[in-house]
Amino acid sequence: MKIDESKLDSIIKKYNNEQGSLISILQDIQVEYKYLPREAMDHVAKSLQIPRVQVFGVATFFKAFSLKPKGKQQIHVCMGTACHVRGSKMVLEELERKLGIKAGDTTQDNEYTLETVNCVGACALGPVVVKNEEYRGQMTPIKVESLLGTKIAKR
Amino acid sequence: MNLSSVKELEDLRKKILSGRDLDKPCIAVCGGPGCLAKQCLQVRDEFIKEISAKGLKSKVDIRTTGCHGYCERGPIALIFPQGIFYQRLSIDDVAEIVEETVINNKTVPRLLYSDVEAKQVIEKENDIPFYKMQTRLILSNNRMIDPNSIEDYLAIGGYSALGKVLGSMNPPEVLDAIKKSGLRGRGGGGFHTGRKWEATRDAPGDIKYVICNADEGDPGAFMDRSILEGNPHSVLEGMIIGAYTIGSGVGYVYVRNEYPLALKNVMLAIKQAKELGILGNNILGSGFSFDVKVNRGGGAFVCGESTALMASLEGKTGEPRAKYIHTSEKGLWDRPSNLNNVETWANVPMILNKGAQWFSDIGTESSKGTKVFSLVGKINNTGLVEVPMGMTLREIIFDIGGGIPGGKSFKAVQTGGPSGGCIPENLLDIPVDYERLTEVGSMMGSGGMIVMDEDTCMVDLAKYFTNFLQEESCGKCVPCREGLRRMGDILKDITEGKGRMDDILLIEDLAGMLKDASLCGLGTTAANPVISTLKYFRDEYVAHISDHKCPAGVCRELITYGIDPDNCTGCGLCKKNCPPKAINGERKQTHVLDTGKCIKCGICYDVCKFEAVRKE
Repeated sequence: MKIDESKLDSIIKKYNNEQGSLISILQDIQVEYKYLPREAMDHVAKSLQIPRVQVFGVATFFKAFSLKPKGKQQIHVCMGTACHVRGSKMVLEELERKLGIKAGDTTQDNEYTLETVNCVGACALGPVVVKNEEYRGQMTPIKVESLLGTKIAKR
Repeated sequence: MNLSSVKELEDLRKKILSGRDLDKPCIAVCGGPGCLAKQCLQVRDEFIKEISAKGLKSKVDIRTTGCHGYCERGPIALIFPQGIFYQRLSIDDVAEIVEETVINNKTVPRLLYSDVEAKQVIEKENDIPFYKMQTRLILSNNRMIDPNSIEDYLAIGGYSALGKVLGSMNPPEVLDAIKKSGLRGRGGGGFHTGRKWEATRDAPGDIKYVICNADEGDPGAFMDRSILEGNPHSVLEGMIIGAYTIGSGVGYVYVRNEYPLALKNVMLAIKQAKELGILGNNILGSGFSFDVKVNRGGGAFVCGESTALMASLEGKTGEPRAKYIHTSEKGLWDRPSNLNNVETWANVPMILNKGAQWFSDIGTESSKGTKVFSLVGKINNTGLVEVPMGMTLREIIFDIGGGIPGGKSFKAVQTGGPSGGCIPENLLDIPVDYERLTEVGSMMGSGGMIVMDEDTCMVDLAKYFTNFLQEESCGKCVPCREGLRRMGDILKDITEGKGRMDDILLIEDLAGMLKDASLCGLGTTAANPVISTLKYFRDEYVAHISDHKCPAGVCRELITYGIDPDNCTGCGLCKKNCPPKAINGERKQTHVLDTGKCIKCGICYDVCKFEAVRKE
């Protein structure tokens, strides 16, 4: 993919080209592209004068980063302990069935990405699903349909 | 404005206070994570609209605060000066509150807390059982301030501990106070804070770092989030005092990426403190300089471990290293570094303001002060609670937490995060302190407290934690990487009815190996959930293995769903919602479930209003 190097350079410059800011730089790039394009990581390695393996190592070590493009809408299912004991697995499975994808994947039409997250810190409301940063508490499999809207539910 | 002395700070505080009328009505809307998820901001906006519509804009303050703790009852609003507690608000309730309480000084009984047992409604926050039994030293300020206003923090006495320290104490005196207070780390290890500070202070080197660990990765815990979101200046104040004591010029706050509001609030707090000369060069004219940077975490549980966190701050993968040399000597960038968690830092200003003796009078012999717990799971009053060390688990769960919902019976409480242990009913009377929790096979950890009822399968729970830790294992050392994977495989077999009795011995063997041979805390404590459930709930393991039964009805391979013809009314709800169309039956006739087609998703069980769907 074609990337805008000047945009990357302005992010890198914001952190004074510091190698220690690698994670922050990658986070900002991910905000820009919603994932980490390979070319962007190569450019970061070159600019910070660090081996590409270090950039790839960090990008694949931390959960916050994705090397795959994401869908337009993001659905995060909290799998924290409080949500687990209240049945978050059932909710996740119903989402997987309705969307026809597994956690971590994106629907073919690029509309939805379904992911799990360890804890969103809204434990009192478990099970929690976060749709495009909007929290939905006390989820049950049956509420999945209204979360997604009728369009998806029918396909 | 740049304050150049402690006196100028105090003058500013006086000026702020003189401009404030304590009797002025104020509506404090909780903006904590629980209430946010329940659309509290819409309620707040409605208050703003209503107050302006009534022409009261100059007469009533509206404040969006951090977490009040009682998430179960959100959205929450407190009406000052009376301190009236309104719960479960919707935008439709706003006009009535403004009319009745703000204008007419009466209450709206239907929105008050009602005590079912005592058959009465309770007006004031402090009289509600959930709050009454707590000692909220850290959390109580959340409702008093707007976290985005440094003036609010100054108005409640903020930065006065810093003023006292810079104006009248030398670093050894501060260190002495922290040591005498008995404060111990609130992040998990429970190491003595004063001793940690001293080691970093005494370590040779010109450049030293102080770090705030706000990478709250424990699932089921949100204490640090609520402190950082609700009162970021208290954490900063603690850090500045720590840096002054240790002799550090640069600090880092490592915030979890999943907490955008905490990140925003702490960054704003740093900016405000810098503008006032409370942070930066020559703080309050004392000659002491200290700057704080904020880093976002990358979403790795292992980064709660100090050496892994420091590696991550250096822009590397978050892998821990063996601590032959402590981080207090060689930490971040190989310099002496002192790391404490959010709650520990937030305790520091209080100790210096009220004295080490005051602090050490609270708590038990070995554990001083209060501890914030996130009380969640199968419990009536979910939320954040702050109690003095030494309170019993039973008091926390039943008196404050209000017991188990739905008439179910209590089974266990899990403390200490994923590497803590499960504590059964017969041990609920132990006092909560570092030593006692460790003795019973759990730990304090950072303060997650997950309550489980009879419907929780302990083998499934052990599998859940083991899988979690296996996913989060950084993979550097073999015992943790491979040991947890094998342990997960065995637990999976057991929950699927494929276990053998000698599997239990094998798990116990693996657990011992993990404890002895892992590199960091993640691995050495990873077997705790398994060991503690085996210790207290061995019969559940045996039921899975020899009877092929899951007593709690959780493990899918061991249960079947069926419809009880006596209760089925033929309403058709289950049939309509069944994903694989496994339920058949005419309307108003008893329905039948085809177990061959059933995928055990549990939807029929959830939707049935007549308890006709049975799990066996």
